[in-house]
Amino acid sequence: MPTVRIPTPLRKFTQGNEEVSISGANVGEILTNLEAAHPGIRERICDDKGKVRRFVNIFVGDEDIRFLKNLETEVADNDEISIIPAIAGG
Amino acid sequence: MASLRAKRAVCVDSITELIGNTPLVRLHHVEAECPGVELWAKCEFCNPAGSVKDRAALFIIRKALANGDIRPGMRLLDSTSGNTGIAYAMVGAALGVPVTLVMPENVTVPRKQVTTAYGVEIIYSSPMEGSDGAIVLARELAEQHPDLYFYPDQYSNDANPGAHYATTAPEIWEQTGGKITHFVTGIGTSGTVVGTSRRLHELNPAIRCVAIQPDDSMHGLEGMKHLPSSLVPQIYDESVLDDTIWMSTDDGWDMSDRLAEEEGLFVGHSSGANVAGALKLGRQLAEKGERGLIVTILCDRGDRYFAPLKWEKHYVW
Repeated sequence: MPTVRIPTPLRKFTQGNEEVSISGANVGEILTNLEAAHPGIRERICDDKGKVRRFVNIFVGDEDIRFLKNLETEVADNDEISIIPAIAGG
Repeated sequence: MASLRAKRAVCVDSITELIGNTPLVRLHHVEAECPGVELWAKCEFCNPAGSVKDRAALFIIRKALANGDIRPGMRLLDSTSGNTGIAYAMVGAALGVPVTLVMPENVTVPRKQVTTAYGVEIIYSSPMEGSDGAIVLARELAEQHPDLYFYPDQYSNDANPGAHYATTAPEIWEQTGGKITHFVTGIGTSGTVVGTSRRLHELNPAIRCVAIQPDDSMHGLEGMKHLPSSLVPQIYDESVLDDTIWMSTDDGWDMSDRLAEEEGLFVGHSSGANVAGALKLGRQLAEKGERGLIVTILCDRGDRYFAPLKWEKHYVW
C-alpha cells in the first residue's frame, strides 16, 4: 500500500502519525481514501472544487504532481506521497 | 530634470552600512478602496540582501561580536526559513563571520542558491516539519557542538526586535512626520512587529499596532507564522500589540498579484498579506468615516520565489 507522509499541521487528523498507509491507484483516490480514514483532512489540502490548494504541494516520490497528471497521477504500491505546505516564519 | 530619488548615502565603508533607511512608498491604487485613509509601505526589499531581515541579522551579529560570542574557529548557527539566512550570509560575509544555516529542505531554490553564493554552509531539516523542525535541529546541533557553533536563535534574541525598535520605528515616525495612526505587519519571528510597535507606542501611545497571522496552520504565506500551531518565539510580546488580523492565503496571494499589476511593486506573498491587512484596517476606518495613515512592510521582492519546481531539476543557472 502507498505511504502518505503527513506534514506537522495536518497530524492532528492522523492521531499524530507522520506517515499513514492508504490504498489507491492515483493521487485523487488516495486523497479520497485518506479523507475516509481521517475525516476533515481533505478540505485542508483541496479547495471546494476538489482541486489541490495552490499553496499545497503534493509529491509522488520526488515529483510534484502539478508537473505530472495532477490528481490523475498514478501511484504504485511502494510509492511514497508527500504533502508539503509552505514554510513559516523567519 | 528632477533627481530620481531622495538623497541617500552613496559612499559607505561596508555593505552593512546600506542596511535600513528604506523608502516609504504610497499605495495610491490600493488606498482608493478606503477613502480618507492613506496606505504607505516600507520598501524593505531595498536592503542590500533584499529583505527586512537584514536589520535583525546585523544587530544580532553585532551583538554577538561585541559579546565575544564567536571565538576564532567558531561558526554562527541559526535556523531560518530563508530571508534571515540570506541576511546572515551577507552580514557574515561582510564582517568575516562564518555562517551555518539550518533550513527546511523545501525552501525555495533561489534561497538556497543565494545563501550558497555568500559561502555559507546549509544543513537541511525535514520538509515535513517546517520551520519548527529547523529550529529543533539547530538547537540539537548547538547543544552537540558548543565549541563549533554559536547559536544566537533569532526567535529568542532581543537584538531581533531591538533592531526594529532602534531603526524601523524611528524611520517610520520621521518619514510620516509623526502622522502615522496605524502600524500593521505579519508575524514571522515577530521581531518586526514587536520591536516596531514597542517604539511607536512610546512615541505616541495612540498609534494602533496590529499583527497579522495566517488564518490556518496549513497556509501558503511563506515567512509568516501561525502561532496557535507553532513554537511561539520567546521574543513575541503580545502586550505591545493592539490587535491581530487573521489572513487567508488566498487574500495574501491575490494582493501580491495586485501590487505588481497596479502599483508596480513585485513583492513576495508575505508583503501581499501585509498590504491586504492594511487595506482591511483602512476599510474599517473609512466605513466609520475616520481618517488615518496606515504603514505596513514590504518584506522582500517577488523574484525570490521564482523557480518552479519542474524546472529546477533541469536548469543549470
